[in-house]
Amino acid sequence: MTKVSMNVNGKKVSRDVPDETLLSDFLREKLRLTGTHVGCDTSQCGACVVHVNGKAVKSCTTLAVSLEGAEVTTIEGLANGKELHPMQVAFNDNHGLQCGFCTPGMIMTSVDMVARYKAEGRKLTSDLIRQELEGNICRCTGYHNIVKSIEDASAKM
Amino acid sequence: MTTGIGNPVKRKEDRRFTTGRGRYTDDVRNDNQAYAAFVRSPHAHARVKSIDTKAALAMEGVIDVLNGKQLTGDGIGNLICGWAISSKDGSPMNMGAWSALATEKVRYVGDAVAVVIAETQALARIAAEAVEVDYETLPVAASLTAAMAKGAPQIHDNAPGNLIYDWGLGDEAAADAGLKAAKHVTTLDLTNNRLSPNPMEPRSAVASYDAAEEHYTLYTTSQNPHVARLVLSAFYNVAPEHKLRVIAPDVGGGFGSKIYIYPEEITCLWASMKTNRSVKWTSDRSEAFLTDMHGRDHVTTAQMGFDENGKITGFKVDTIANLGAYMSLFSSSVPTYLYAPLMSGQYDIQNIYCNVRAVYTNTVPVDAYRGAGRPEAAYLVERMMETAARELNMDPAELRRRNFVQSFPHQTPVLMAYDAGDFPKLLDMAQKSADVAGFPARKAEAAKRGKLRGLGYSTFIEACGLAPSKAAGSLGAGVGLWESAEVRVNPVGSIEVLTGSHSHGQGHETTFAQIVAERFDIPVENVSIVHGDTDKVQFGMGTYGSRSAPVGMSAVVKAMDKVEAKVKKIAAHALEASEDDLVIEGGAVKVKGTDKQMLWHEVGLAAYTAHNLPDGMEPGLKETAFFDPVNFSFPSGAFICEVEVDPDTGVTEIVQFVAADDFGTIINPMIVEGQVHGGVAQGIGQAMMEQVVYDDNGQLLTGSYMDYTMPRAADLPFYKVSHQVTPSPNNPLGVKGCGEAGAIGAPPAVINAITDAIGNNHLNMPATAHAVWQAIRAGKSAMAAE
Amino acid sequence: MYPTKYHKPASISDAVALLAGNDEAMILGGGQTLLATMKQHLAAPSDLVDIRAIKGMSGISTSDTALTIGAATTHADVAASKEVKKLCPALADLASHIGDPAVRSQGTIGGSIANNDPAADYPAAMLALAATIVTNKREIAADDFFLGQFTTALEEDEIITAVKVNAATKAAYAKFAQPASLFAMVGVFVAKGAAGVRVAITGAGDDGVFRHAGLEAALTADWSDSAVNEVAISADGLMSDLHGSAEYRANLIRVMAKRAVAAT
Repeated sequence: MTKVSMNVNGKKVSRDVPDETLLSDFLREKLRLTGTHVGCDTSQCGACVVHVNGKAVKSCTTLAVSLEGAEVTTIEGLANGKELHPMQVAFNDNHGLQCGFCTPGMIMTSVDMVARYKAEGRKLTSDLIRQELEGNICRCTGYHNIVKSIEDASAKM
Repeated sequence: MTTGIGNPVKRKEDRRFTTGRGRYTDDVRNDNQAYAAFVRSPHAHARVKSIDTKAALAMEGVIDVLNGKQLTGDGIGNLICGWAISSKDGSPMNMGAWSALATEKVRYVGDAVAVVIAETQALARIAAEAVEVDYETLPVAASLTAAMAKGAPQIHDNAPGNLIYDWGLGDEAAADAGLKAAKHVTTLDLTNNRLSPNPMEPRSAVASYDAAEEHYTLYTTSQNPHVARLVLSAFYNVAPEHKLRVIAPDVGGGFGSKIYIYPEEITCLWASMKTNRSVKWTSDRSEAFLTDMHGRDHVTTAQMGFDENGKITGFKVDTIANLGAYMSLFSSSVPTYLYAPLMSGQYDIQNIYCNVRAVYTNTVPVDAYRGAGRPEAAYLVERMMETAARELNMDPAELRRRNFVQSFPHQTPVLMAYDAGDFPKLLDMAQKSADVAGFPARKAEAAKRGKLRGLGYSTFIEACGLAPSKAAGSLGAGVGLWESAEVRVNPVGSIEVLTGSHSHGQGHETTFAQIVAERFDIPVENVSIVHGDTDKVQFGMGTYGSRSAPVGMSAVVKAMDKVEAKVKKIAAHALEASEDDLVIEGGAVKVKGTDKQMLWHEVGLAAYTAHNLPDGMEPGLKETAFFDPVNFSFPSGAFICEVEVDPDTGVTEIVQFVAADDFGTIINPMIVEGQVHGGVAQGIGQAMMEQVVYDDNGQLLTGSYMDYTMPRAADLPFYKVSHQVTPSPNNPLGVKGCGEAGAIGAPPAVINAITDAIGNNHLNMPATAHAVWQAIRAGKSAMAAE
Repeated sequence: MYPTKYHKPASISDAVALLAGNDEAMILGGGQTLLATMKQHLAAPSDLVDIRAIKGMSGISTSDTALTIGAATTHADVAASKEVKKLCPALADLASHIGDPAVRSQGTIGGSIANNDPAADYPAAMLALAATIVTNKREIAADDFFLGQFTTALEEDEIITAVKVNAATKAAYAKFAQPASLFAMVGVFVAKGAAGVRVAITGAGDDGVFRHAGLEAALTADWSDSAVNEVAISADGLMSDLHGSAEYRANLIRVMAKRAVAAT
């Protein structure tokens, strides 16, 4: 057991956890933030993506104890109170989700994607969005409306 | 009215999903939560000689280790297949025994033999590895070829030669005569690849036992919680129905794989009673590949005859279906009644015969996956049409047009009576959308870039909203195929609709609310949809086979008919008017031609205060209905796929995908298009990427996303989707169902396009870059040999 | 996962002390391979020694003609580095196509090289660019480092601290991804520089990354994609699996080599 403290969605949290605890388990089981999902065991589906220190990471492939002092944002912390993040709005506006299971990781990846491109001053095209979604698998939407959602939000972020 | 039928209303359920507040089964955690991990066979076929649990039981935090002998000893019954199919000779199908935990023999890699219950999931998994099972390995039949070979290993004692049934539909003599009379006969040998459904949410079950009430609660990833409760109760003897509550909360996709009642749910329920703990099991993806029911897996030889005008004279099909190691819940019906009756496609074919043999192999059981039988039929019929057109040197669209059914209803020789459609017009729409006329120029331009461009059609038929119950029963179904609904108008006028349909991505909370909003002209926000809990909804058959709209919504309409009748009686009494003069609009019940009205919520309040109701009327405003359709609905589609192949690598890019569909009435075009997108993506996945592969020893080679290719965003195009509406006469809304069309229609369109591009028709799914590269080379050497 | 003990040493000597005499301890970098392996119970290290906090392990420094990349530098940082883009754009390009964005933000160059996965991208670059692998004990030429799949010249308590890469006059990497994993099914790195023409191939070989003498000779004589056409690419020693036959991989080596050369 190791005590780990981090800042999750703007709140300081500390928990004693076994060293092998993955960030996804830490969030789901210790903090009961169950919006972060686990859809595979080979780090490919991306349902578990959260932001750590401003970067998208796969929480299923990150040890919680390695994140002492880190800033973590999960899907539950994306909205500003009742006001949804433009990416959350865009997924609703463009029917970018069906069963909702991949959606938290999809949205967290998309927010990171748009932010990176904006920071680098690069234009995000639909082809690039598709490439950037390499690490996020959706079985419901055929991606059409996910790509549209990201294009839409990108214009508003 | 912007929220009623036909409007692209944004989904009401999205807010909880986009904010991480969805509640899926694995999100449930009870106070006394324990965790299950299964001890699974590493062998595809073996006798279980002994199970030594000492080491596992000795581990701190392990609560119990339970095995199959204890399970059967407690009277838990075997898993069953719920659709009885008889062979041509009248003999019943050979259903082998399937215990939730194997007692004598294991029959596929992943077959469970014991379960560990422990304080944490991690510990349960580690302890499961400490359970020592002594196996005596047996020869393995992992493929159809191996299972049907002379002297093949016998998988179930009661299925000689591993044959489950040898079944036929249609008139064999007529089909033979039709082929004999033909000017040209096209022959095809096709494989329909084996797939893993892969909803993104892995299966999960949380079972609890209340010893005081002798009552069980099961949270589970199910498309049909009531059917789960019925089967768990009536066949597996887990608990009587009134002592078992099944809740399927938010479910992260199903695609068929969450219809069935699996060994894990049975075991968790039983183990919760044995250990007096709440028992949770959640599959990881590797376990999902090993244990979720697979789909498809056919080998087919077929002949189709044509006369001098290109009219089909006869069609004969011989299919072998791999059902895996055990007969899953609806497995028998998929290659029979969900397959052979679709052999007429969109065509007027008088002579059809389809023979199907179902066979056991030492692999995961195979059952319905999005489309279930109908994709297999569409793939065969549509590849046949395209192949014949090439052999006859005809335009493939023209060959189809010469054979299209022209009038409705249309009775095929294979059971089906098509309800409504306009196939030529639908193909016109698709051709226009795809700019087929411009294809030769695009092909020439691609050739300049060194690319091979091809175009393929698929004009297909579906049968959705499986029905009617009486007919299904006569064909062997063990359940009725109706749906139920309850419409509750609250005293404040808001409405709750309880439906037996289950939404796991389909958006019922929005679309079902739309039909209510339309009917009573109230805001869609004032309607909530309740589903997925056997304690709330009295009974329901669940969601599969594109049945929620044609059957589930129809039940809601029937219940609304009753509500409307009562509302009008109440209002007529209060307003001293005739019921016939009343209309419901603008949030009120109005007397036509007057300014007399009763607001909608006033009617609700009146029903519950009961101060001024007609004599003899019961208070309250709640109505229930069951809807059993008179027939299937028959959505039809015309898909056109255009591809470019890189001959150096075999890499195929889908440069255009056109889907023109006829789903009858459309409730919410945004959601319908989303269903088409997802279905087409899965169809493209089957056509180009996905395949479950076992080696000869029955070891799964595609056990994770490292080896099983899931379609990703960069693999897929934007889809061009359009609709034509010919309402189905078989239900009150005229809807036909849209959930499976994409998965049914896309595979042949894709393969027809690729084979067109490369000039070699010998190409099986999945047409990976490797497979296409090989087909290009084989085509070249075949040409060189000629 | 099996229980493990996590350590985050601040110095190389502390890290070495944790590794010394403990066969069951493993070095943790970005964890993108190791943690996935542990989740599947395919690895069960008693101790994980996270080297990312060690001073000097991350970051990129340059001279006029060479790059030194710290072992714990992430793929994303290599891909975005102005220095790498300037001195060896092919390496930045390669890094920008490893895994997906979330993997790139965590995975490290040292981890990729130390693991020597036969389908990893970096080993091809190291071999083709005649890189030097710097450890806490010594410097190892790439030619002497990669000893077959998942096997390297590293000793038990030896830690990669950096790699040194010389700028090439021409270099490019072309990858054909295995469709499911998106790892390299065939990746060809071509380079022309002080060390001559070198062609390294990943993903295809039965025994991990390797150099192709035939392609090197042809491209030494004539640096052009047409020169690649004349080279015999044998399927012997190439992998054959459900994603592609050895013959197909041989074909892809030719096609990817041509595309890489054409991109220079």
